[in-house]
Amino acid sequence: MILQGLTFYVFAAIAVAAGVMVVSARNPVHSVLFLILTFFTTAALFVLIGAEFLAMVLVVVYVGAVAVLFMFVVMMLDINFVEMREGFLQYMPIGVLVGIILLVELLMVLGTASMSPEVLATGTEPIPDIAHRQNTAAIGDVIYTKYIYLFQAAGMILLIAMVGAIVLTLRQRPGVKKQNIAEQVSRRREDSVELKKVQPGQGI
Amino acid sequence: MMAFFEIGLGHYLALAAVLFTIGIFGIFLNRKNVIIILMSIELMLLAVNINLIAFSAFMNDLVGQIFALFVLTVAAGEAAIGLAIIVIYFRNRGTIEVEDINLMKG
Amino acid sequence: MYHAIVFLPLIAFLIVGPFGRVLGDKPSQWITCGAVITSAVLSIVAFWQIALGGGDTVKVEIASWIVSGTFDVSWALRIDALTAVMLVVVNGVSALVHVYSVGYMSHDPHKPRFMAYLSLFTFAMLMLITSDNFLQMFFGWEGVGLASYLLIGFWYHKPSANAAAIKAFLVNRVGDFGFGLGIMAIFMVFGSLDFDTVFAAVPGQVGNTFHFLNWEFDIITTICILLFIGAMGKSAQVPLHTWLPDAMEGPTPVSALIHAATMVTAGVFLVARCSPMFEFSPTALVVVTIVGGFTAFFAATVGLVQNDIKRVIAYSTCSQLGYMFFALGVGAYPVAIFHLFTHAFFKALLFLGSGSVIHAMSDEQDMRRMGGIFKYVPQTAIMMWIGSLALAGLPIFAGFYSKDAILESAFAAHTGAGMFAFYAGMAAAVMTAFYSWRLLFMTFNGDPRASQEVMSHVHESPPSMLIPLYFLAAGSILSGMLFVHYFVGDGHQAFWGDAIFMGPENHILEAMHHVPTWVKIGPIAAGIIGIFVAWLFYIKRKDIPVNLAKVHHEVYLFLLNKWYFDELYDLIFVRPAKWLGRILWRGGDGRIIDGYGPDGIAAMVMHLARRASALQSGYLYHYAFAMLIGVAVLVTWYYTTGGGH
Repeated sequence: MILQGLTFYVFAAIAVAAGVMVVSARNPVHSVLFLILTFFTTAALFVLIGAEFLAMVLVVVYVGAVAVLFMFVVMMLDINFVEMREGFLQYMPIGVLVGIILLVELLMVLGTASMSPEVLATGTEPIPDIAHRQNTAAIGDVIYTKYIYLFQAAGMILLIAMVGAIVLTLRQRPGVKKQNIAEQVSRRREDSVELKKVQPGQGI
Repeated sequence: MMAFFEIGLGHYLALAAVLFTIGIFGIFLNRKNVIIILMSIELMLLAVNINLIAFSAFMNDLVGQIFALFVLTVAAGEAAIGLAIIVIYFRNRGTIEVEDINLMKG
Repeated sequence: MYHAIVFLPLIAFLIVGPFGRVLGDKPSQWITCGAVITSAVLSIVAFWQIALGGGDTVKVEIASWIVSGTFDVSWALRIDALTAVMLVVVNGVSALVHVYSVGYMSHDPHKPRFMAYLSLFTFAMLMLITSDNFLQMFFGWEGVGLASYLLIGFWYHKPSANAAAIKAFLVNRVGDFGFGLGIMAIFMVFGSLDFDTVFAAVPGQVGNTFHFLNWEFDIITTICILLFIGAMGKSAQVPLHTWLPDAMEGPTPVSALIHAATMVTAGVFLVARCSPMFEFSPTALVVVTIVGGFTAFFAATVGLVQNDIKRVIAYSTCSQLGYMFFALGVGAYPVAIFHLFTHAFFKALLFLGSGSVIHAMSDEQDMRRMGGIFKYVPQTAIMMWIGSLALAGLPIFAGFYSKDAILESAFAAHTGAGMFAFYAGMAAAVMTAFYSWRLLFMTFNGDPRASQEVMSHVHESPPSMLIPLYFLAAGSILSGMLFVHYFVGDGHQAFWGDAIFMGPENHILEAMHHVPTWVKIGPIAAGIIGIFVAWLFYIKRKDIPVNLAKVHHEVYLFLLNKWYFDELYDLIFVRPAKWLGRILWRGGDGRIIDGYGPDGIAAMVMHLARRASALQSGYLYHYAFAMLIGVAVLVTWYYTTGGGH
C-alpha cells in the first residue's frame, strides 16, 4: 500500500515536473524530450491503475509515433534558440493568476466530489476480474462487438489524417528527375522511331 | 478525506488538473514557437486521458478506457495534421516564431 | 367673357413659359401680346357694362378649392364696379407694356422669358382683383410678388439685380405676414373668407374686443391694421418702402407695369375692397391717413435730390401712393381709386418715356450725364412733358381732377390726421412739381453733358415704343375730365353701386365740394411754384443748387441717402439676422447637430472600431488567453452561484 502510494507520488511528481519543462525549456528539442518523459510516466501511472493496454498504447503510439513526429519536425525546421523576449513577463502575472484560479477551482470541485454507491455498482461495461480476463482481452471483447462502428470510424480518421498530411506537404520540386512508369509503358513505336530516307553520301 | 498514501480517485483527478493547467499555460505563455503550442495541446489531451482512465478504474467501467483509446487516436491524427500545417507554413513564411504569425491582425 | 379676361394671360404664360425657346422670339411676342390685348379689349367691354352701365355685380364660380370642416373656399370671380375699374387699368397698362417691350427688349437675348413673366404677372394681378374671397386674393397677392421677384431679377447676371429682387421679396414678405395674420383673424372671427359673408357680418362685430397679454384689443381695428400692414408692404409705404427704389434694377417696362400702375396699387385696392370693414374702425383709418401722409411727404423729399432718372420717378410713385392712402384714410375711397386710375396713365407714361430716353442715350440712366437732347427726341420729350403736367396737377390734365380731389377731401375731413395729411400733401405737391421739372430740364434742356459718342447715337424710339406712349398720353389728358363725374362727381352712386361701402356718417364726397377757395386753388399754385423754382435752379441760375448742396451738406446727404432708412434697417435687422444665422449654422447646426449626429456618430464608430480591431491581434495565444479568461470567469460564476446543481 505504501509502496503503491509512494510509486504514485514519484511518478506524478516526475510527470508534473516534465510538463513544466516542456513548456519552459529553451531548446525545442529539449521540450520534445521532456514531453516523451511525461508520456512515459503517465504510462507507468496507467499500469499502476490497472489499464495496461492503454499504457502500452500510450507508449507505442504517443511516444513512438507522435513524439517522434514532433522530433522530426523540430529538427527539420531548424528552429533557432530564442532568448526570452520581453512581453513574457507582461502577461505572466495575470496569466499565472488566471491559471491558479482555474487550478484551485478544479481541485475544489474534485476534492469535494463524491460518488454514490449505486453508480459504482452499475457500469456500462463492468471490468471483469483480472484473473479471468486480461485487460487487453477485455477491451477487445467490447471494442469489436459493441463499439465496432466507432472503431472503424477511428480508423477512418487516421486514414484521413494521413492523406491530409500528405496532401498538405507534398510538393513537386523542379529539376528532380523522376520516372513516369505509365508513360514509359505506353510509349508507341511511332513516338520514338522515325524512318528517314537518306541519300548515299549525304549523312543525316 | 484522503489518507496520504491511500491513493483514491481524487489523487488522479488532481494530477490531471495540474497537467491540464500546465498545458494551458503553455499555450499562451510561450514566446518561442508554435510547436510548443501543439505540445501543450498534447499535454492537455493527456490530462483528459488520465481523467478518463481514473474514472474507469474507480467506477469499474471499461467504457472509460475505450473512450480514452479513441481520444488517443484522434490526438494522434490531429498532431499529424498540425505538424504538417506547421511545415508548410514554415515553407511559405520562413519562420514559426509566435510573434511573427500575425497575418490575421485586424 | 370673364373667364377669358382672367385666363388668357395665364394661357399665354403656360405656352410661352416652357416652350418659348422652341417657339422663338416673334411667335412668343405675338402670343403674349395678343392674349393681353384681347383681355384688355374685353375689360373695356366689362367696364362699359358694369361700371358705366350701372350693371349688377357679376359672380362667376369656377371651382371648389378647399373644403375642410368649416373651412370652405372656392375659386370664384367677382366683377363689380371696383373690379371693372381695376381691370381696365391693369389690362390696359399691361397690354401697352407688352407692346412696348417688343421694342425696348429687342436687343435682349431672353425675350420669350420676359414676355412670359409679364403675362404671368398679369394673370396674378387679375386673380387678385377678381377674387371673391380673401384666400384667392392672397393667392394673387403672392403671385404678383413672385412675378415681381422674377422680373426685377430678370438680368440675373447682375448681382445688384439679384440683391434687389431678394430685397423686394423679403420686404414684401413682412407685409404678407401681416396680411396672412389678418386673414386668419378674419376666419377665426367670422368663420368664412368670402367677401360677402364677412362684410355682412362686420357690423355685428363692432365694439367686440379680444384679450391679449392682459390688454383688450378691438377686433375690427386689429384686423384692419393687419390687412393694412400687407398693403404697406405691397404699396411701398413707410416703413416697408425700401424695396421700391432698388426695384428699378429691372428693365423699364417692368417698372412701368409693376411698380407704377398695378402691383403697388394692390394695397390701395385691398383697403378699398375692405371699405366695409375699415369704415367701422376709426383708429385704423387714422393709422392709414398718417402713414399715407408721411410717406407722401417723405418720398417727395428724397426725390428732390436723386440723380437716377428712374429713381426719381420711383419716389414719385411712392409719394403718390401716399396720397392715395391718406385719401382712403379720410374715408374718400372713390377719390383714391380715381387717383389710382389717372395715376396709372401718367406714371406709366413717365416710366415708358424715361425708358425711351434711356434707350436713346445708350442705356445711360444718370441724369447728370444727359441734357440737351430735346431736338433729337422731340416726341419722347413732349410725352414726358404731358406726363409731368398730369402729375403736377395742372388744369385740364388728369392729375388736376384726382389730386385736387384728394387734397380737398383731406381738408374736408376736419380731423387732426386729415389736417396733417393735407399739409403734408401740399408740401409734397410743391416738391412733386419741382423734381418733375428738374427731371425734364436736366434731361432735355441745357448743354449736352454726355460724351460725343453717346450723343451721336441719340435717336427717336421705334413705333412699337412710341405708340403705347400716345395711348397713355391720351389717357393722361382725357381720363380726368371724362371720368371725374362718374368716380367722384354726382354720378358716383350709380357708378360704384355697392362696390365701395361708405358709412352713414361719411359725407366726405359732399363736404369736399364745400371747402374754401384757397384749398381749391392751392394745389395749382403749389405746382406753379414748383415749376418756377425748378426753372430757376436748372435753367436760369444753375449755380444755386450746387451752392445749396454745399452749404447744407448734411441735409443734402440725408435726403440723398433716403433718410438713412436702408442703413437703419441694415443695423437693426440685417446684421442681427445674419449674426443669428451664422451662429445657428456654425454653432447649432455644425457643432451640435452635426457634431452629435452624423459626424459625431461617424467618429465614434471609427473610434470604437479601432479599439475593437485591437482585439484582433493576429496572435493565437492572445485568442487562447481570451478563451481561458472566459472559462475561468464561467467556472467561478458557476461555483459561486451554485448554478445548475
